[in-house]
Amino acid sequence: MAERLIELRDISKSYGQVYALGGVNLSVDRGEVVGLLGDNGAGKSTLIKILSGVVKPTSGEILVRGKPVTGWSAARSREAGIETVFQDRALAVQQTIVRNIFMGRELTGFMGFLRVNKEIEEASRLMREIGFTSKVFTPQSIVGQLSGGERQGVAIARAIYKQAELIVLDEPTTALSLTETAKVFHFVRQVRASGRSILFIGHNIHHVFDIADRFVVLDRGKVALTTDRSEVKSAEDLINFMEEVAHPGGLAGLHDAGDAEQRAR
Amino acid sequence: MSKTMEPDLHEPSAGIPSSPKEWRHPSDHWMRGFILDNRAALGTLAVFIVMMTVFMIANPTVFTTWYLYRSVLTTLPVALFVVVPLVFVVTCGEIDLSFPATMGFASWVFALVVQAGYDPFLGIAAALVTGMLLGFLVGSLVVYGGLSSLIATLGMNFLLRGLIQIINEGKSMALTSLSDSWAYMIFSSQLLGIPVQIFWAIGFVVLSAMLYNRHRFGAQVRVVGDNPDSAQQMGIDVKRVRVKVFVFVGIGAAIAGTFSVMINFTWWPTAGDGYLLPVLASVFVGGTPTWGGIGTVVGGAIGAVTVSFIQTGVVAAGLSGFYVQFFNGLIIILSLLGHKWNQARYR
Repeated sequence: MAERLIELRDISKSYGQVYALGGVNLSVDRGEVVGLLGDNGAGKSTLIKILSGVVKPTSGEILVRGKPVTGWSAARSREAGIETVFQDRALAVQQTIVRNIFMGRELTGFMGFLRVNKEIEEASRLMREIGFTSKVFTPQSIVGQLSGGERQGVAIARAIYKQAELIVLDEPTTALSLTETAKVFHFVRQVRASGRSILFIGHNIHHVFDIADRFVVLDRGKVALTTDRSEVKSAEDLINFMEEVAHPGGLAGLHDAGDAEQRAR
Repeated sequence: MSKTMEPDLHEPSAGIPSSPKEWRHPSDHWMRGFILDNRAALGTLAVFIVMMTVFMIANPTVFTTWYLYRSVLTTLPVALFVVVPLVFVVTCGEIDLSFPATMGFASWVFALVVQAGYDPFLGIAAALVTGMLLGFLVGSLVVYGGLSSLIATLGMNFLLRGLIQIINEGKSMALTSLSDSWAYMIFSSQLLGIPVQIFWAIGFVVLSAMLYNRHRFGAQVRVVGDNPDSAQQMGIDVKRVRVKVFVFVGIGAAIAGTFSVMINFTWWPTAGDGYLLPVLASVFVGGTPTWGGIGTVVGGAIGAVTVSFIQTGVVAAGLSGFYVQFFNGLIIILSLLGHKWNQARYR
């Protein structure tokens, strides 16, 4: 069995009286693509933020390569080899591509001064690597001038720098064009081929179904299902299961407009 | 959405170039790049040149005498030492209105040490430590206390100035022993007829510009001002960066206060008070926008030069002193309009 890269044990998070997560277990092995599914408000984003150290869990344990960690933070998470492409991309739009790629991880030499040429060189290499190149922008272009897909490219380039062991993609295809979406999936395959792991959060079950080795379905702050790809026959099976979870008693009971909308998705 | 509408997820799309292409920017010429990168500072420089041309035409005799420039070059450095750190603060998305009191407080400590008979160098060191501590205090109050920097620093300005006034009861301190000290020779004399302060100030501006553009500190200040949430998600200690910029203002204010005392050999309880508005104006005339994330140290410095010359220039050009405020306002408004047209704001 592959090495266990990261494990979240019994993670709970409450905001006052409201429970976002109630005892979630999630693990990712080396070289594995895990699809994290769930409806809006299921707790996907909260879980991702806990994993990336941005949000502190109310209770629970985080283990990196089998060892429990203390003082988990965004910086510690990145040190442990976890890179997150956040849903909002987390870019500073008035800064250059280079500054965004090296945000929080500036390449410095003498007395903390930036190694500007080295950074530009590395940035252009990264952008080429993932195929987000253009004649229109250079590594020193301002991110605010880029299109949505190009911005996503910058966020991904930032994540693959330093050979991260686990890349977390939070809804990476939201608001992307078809070609841009295809690029993202091409990238996911590249990463898996290189033996690294991916945690892929998606709304679109078809997308997740095509690339994940394993699925974790969250529902109202709890894990409703963990299953290997081999155990699920088709994406429709998964959709049916999720609807089953969301509406115990089956689809027969669905009549009102809100639920019909749910099904159409 | 049906499955057939989905993009082909198994093969890379034809749009991805198979061979790495060399990146060439359409505007790759170095001069164009330089102008684009520095357009805020260059805009400020243009305003300054136009203003000086008008002054020179109005009164050629006064504006070709060295005396006028010497007096500006003596007082300008004091402003520069606070304008430059303020560019960092504004870039970081904050504001600091407490620097006049910090100038007064740090220079008070300097004056006390010198009056007690110690070497002025020791006084400068003490002033710097005071400035750092006050900067840290103000910064911590804003950052860890979660207060609005606009109001909290205004409050701190009154509070610290009040303390100075209460303890000194309005009395000033004459520091005649300064005139034959080494510190005076090094920091406040003249070199070839040029006030030596300006060399120190230029050094400070150059060093700070490097700190801003080419150092991790400057990079993090810009990112934090641009998008604090992202900076935090990427592991930057946002609060620490914010406190640091206030400490930097404290250091700058301490140097500025000490320099202003050395010019006059006297410390007044009001030391630094007059700098509040001209310094703020300089930062924004210099082309640093109010919304954070970007700014220009060199532009701020040119802004300070512009603001310094308005008063001298208006009077020397033969207009009465009543015109000074009007022209101050005119230059500020024209500069802001210019910068608005000159800069795009990305979101």
